[in-house]
Amino acid sequence: MEPALFFFWAFAAVTVVGAVGVVVMRQPIHSALFLLMSFLGVACLYVLASAELVAAVQVLVYAGGIMILFLYTIMFVNVRRQRTERYLHLQAVPALGFGFLFLLVVGGVVVNEARSLAAKVPAADPKALATTVVDGVTVLGNTQAVGWMLYRDYFLPFEIASVFLLVAMIGAVVLGKRTMERFD
Amino acid sequence: MSHTLLHNVLIPFIKGLVTVVAVGLAAGVLTWIERRLLGRLQIRKGPNRVGPQGFFQWIADTIKLIFKEDIVPSRAEKALHLLGPLLLFTPAVVVLGLVPWGPELTLFGVTTPLHAAADLNVGLLLILAVSTIGVYGIILSGWASNSKYPLLGGLRSAAQLISYEVPMGLAVVSAILMSGSLSMVEIIEAQRKAGVWFVFPGLIAFFLYFVSGVAETNRTPFDLPEAESELVGGFHTEYSGFRWAVFFMSEYGNMISISAVATTLFFGGWLRPFPNVAWLSFLDVIPAFFWFSGKVFLFLLVYIWFRATFPRYRFDQLMALGWKTLIPISLGNLALVAIAVLWGAAGLKVLGAVLVLLVAAGFFAVWRRPARPRSSTTMASSNVEVRA
Repeated sequence: MEPALFFFWAFAAVTVVGAVGVVVMRQPIHSALFLLMSFLGVACLYVLASAELVAAVQVLVYAGGIMILFLYTIMFVNVRRQRTERYLHLQAVPALGFGFLFLLVVGGVVVNEARSLAAKVPAADPKALATTVVDGVTVLGNTQAVGWMLYRDYFLPFEIASVFLLVAMIGAVVLGKRTMERFD
Repeated sequence: MSHTLLHNVLIPFIKGLVTVVAVGLAAGVLTWIERRLLGRLQIRKGPNRVGPQGFFQWIADTIKLIFKEDIVPSRAEKALHLLGPLLLFTPAVVVLGLVPWGPELTLFGVTTPLHAAADLNVGLLLILAVSTIGVYGIILSGWASNSKYPLLGGLRSAAQLISYEVPMGLAVVSAILMSGSLSMVEIIEAQRKAGVWFVFPGLIAFFLYFVSGVAETNRTPFDLPEAESELVGGFHTEYSGFRWAVFFMSEYGNMISISAVATTLFFGGWLRPFPNVAWLSFLDVIPAFFWFSGKVFLFLLVYIWFRATFPRYRFDQLMALGWKTLIPISLGNLALVAIAVLWGAAGLKVLGAVLVLLVAAGFFAVWRRPARPRSSTTMASSNVEVRA
């Protein structure tokens, strides 16, 4: 087996096992850790796809920021689930059914699309993917390419998105303040 | 042996092995240096019995720790309790693997760049990303011990590390602005080209980076996650034997990696001082690797010096310092550096000269100020009532 292919399957397995673990685990903190494992697996898959910037950002933002805040909250309320609690609830059967349907639809679309793309587009050369030509200048890696896209071609959408994030942040602060005032 | 096997499997493996072993040995020797130096600074002797100047003390301690019983509390989460120290140690070593310790090394006819992993073009970003993973080690060992003091230590560290990552990241961004690259090797080359170490134009950024770095490594004055006067031992209270030693090694490993990144970003990495001044070229007698290690070692000494100098912060003071002081300063500094970079080649030098002059003026002002008379002001500050 080709090394790249071997690593693809290995990291894909890590990602999927992590994703399943999130749902199956009893303890919230174990679920959070499996989510972390899944994030790291996805980051490795990004590296294999020559998107090392996205991989680094994935680890930095999801694993380094968001997941730590998750763990922080879980530790603060210190939830340790009891063994007496029911493992499967009534929603399990319909949830499985809908999940399976979702898998069929999305999986079908993805496989179909991949087949038609494979027929049209020649296989990408990893070396060519690692360099990008921006405005006639060859840049190494995708950091500069992404920056160029984000701050020139898609500048307005980018700014609008950041304003949205700011609004959400202020909203969270306002909500938090209101609860605190009630306690005063 | 085929070329691929040699360069893609064997050499990376050897480099990785050397890095891990080097971190372990360096941590051991550093404990000896730290204890001796702290002794000096506190006018006492420090360990001086085992071997010349007490040098073999760290070996004796290591042997003791290896043979100590490894106790896992009966109510602890076993798997996570075992995983905690490893999750803290691994990122420290990985970060050191991403830092270039010299340009190239030729050994037995094989030439290879002197860093364990490849020189990625997102190297710096990956270093930031990997070093955040270490927090999980602290949080998990705090949680998995199922005991109140470790839990409090873990919570503190989560809040602290998240807070200080922001000024640290912003300080790193100003170094990226000056060099125009995320690759560690190219950042060093950019300093050679600019003819100035980035510490001069990035004086504020370096200060922010190092202070946040001290906070990220849980060292005094920011060692709240393991504040022994309040939390017994903090997140590692319930650990013993070699597992505890792994925590110790990761603390030193993290100190080394923070120092190594600071050296690369602000102190020209493996470059000698004034790399563009020709008559100083006799300094090249010392190989690049030793320039780098020497600079890293100086930073480690500063860490120890800090420990002997500053009292520990209170937790609310720590948060206030991070969010209300360091982050605003780092944003202002970013704007300043951006203006200097836009100005062109001279901009960095002018900014560096201005900052150095300001710091010199500040020192001068403090030095010239007449010593305060020993009056009620000094006494009042120590909370003693001296009113007549």
